[in-house]
Amino acid sequence: MKEDVNKNDFGIFSILNKGIWEAWPICLGYIPIGIAFGVLAQKAGLTPMEIGLMSLIVFAGSSQFIAVSMISAGASMGAIIMTTFAVNLRHLLMSSSLSVFLKEVSRLKLTLFAYGVTDESFAVNYVRFKEGGWDPDSALVVNHLPNLTWIAATIMGGYGGQFIPAGAFGIDYALIAMFICLLVFQLKAWKYVLTAILSGTLAVILSLALPGNWYIVLASVIAATIVVMIVKKSGEENADDID
Amino acid sequence: MTSTDYLLLILGMGLVTYLPRWIPLFFLTRRKLPSKIIDWLDLIPAAILSALLIPALVTGGEPLQFTLFRPHLWVAVPTFLFAWWTRSLGGTVVLGMFLFWIVEKIMV
Repeated sequence: MKEDVNKNDFGIFSILNKGIWEAWPICLGYIPIGIAFGVLAQKAGLTPMEIGLMSLIVFAGSSQFIAVSMISAGASMGAIIMTTFAVNLRHLLMSSSLSVFLKEVSRLKLTLFAYGVTDESFAVNYVRFKEGGWDPDSALVVNHLPNLTWIAATIMGGYGGQFIPAGAFGIDYALIAMFICLLVFQLKAWKYVLTAILSGTLAVILSLALPGNWYIVLASVIAATIVVMIVKKSGEENADDID
Repeated sequence: MTSTDYLLLILGMGLVTYLPRWIPLFFLTRRKLPSKIIDWLDLIPAAILSALLIPALVTGGEPLQFTLFRPHLWVAVPTFLFAWWTRSLGGTVVLGMFLFWIVEKIMV
């Protein structure tokens, strides 16, 4: 009996601990961006409560920034919602990639999990699942702890983030540094390196040529498709390696 | 924009953001994917990370332009090497921030 209780306590503690350990760099990166968003939204005429509500219901950084700039420009509700859809469509790919690792998870938990799928949580969870020894509950912590941080930071920004000096302690670089490290984790074989080079190059060209954030989805899909075709053709990978 | 309009707006934004996150998880986890799709999905993370990262390093300004002269790119080189050798996410973030902070101080 006693042992069971202890084991259980340790289990919850371990899940939280593992989750927090992976989530803190994301949280650190969200704070300055969240505050910046809050300040901007306040200047667009939103109250801290409205700002917090948007962060709670939408929880998607770049599209929130875009929405606020469109609100200030007097754009229609339909235009803002369509733009949000286009910007966030990339999460479709991320959830598809994660679905491979979440076969045993209940649909209720999946519904909760989906709410926290972001570029950052996806990248961390995907890498950890791939390495093994990662569990859906820790992944859930990685999804939701940054979410709480984001909501809090955006409300703080709404109350007056202008008192925090811009670019303090290089904090603007936190998310970029995180993406660098997460990309490094992905480069396990030549096909990933090739995909990254192709996708990065396409993304630069497309980001300069197209408005908005479409370049992320477009570059990723094109690059992954080309590399999959090359790998299949060269026969380097056995087609039967996944049963 | 009235309060009701605003509420409708964020509910609409929330819905179109949530559905692409939810649909694959809810439906794909209950069926077996063809191996071709799995191979393709396996490449997506590297592709997305690179598509998010590289433009942030080599484009800037208003209007957006290609440039190799931003501190974002220079700082990325030692940060990348550090990540490669240590494989530490927290360490890489702290080092990247520190180097970026120093470089910005020097340049201003």
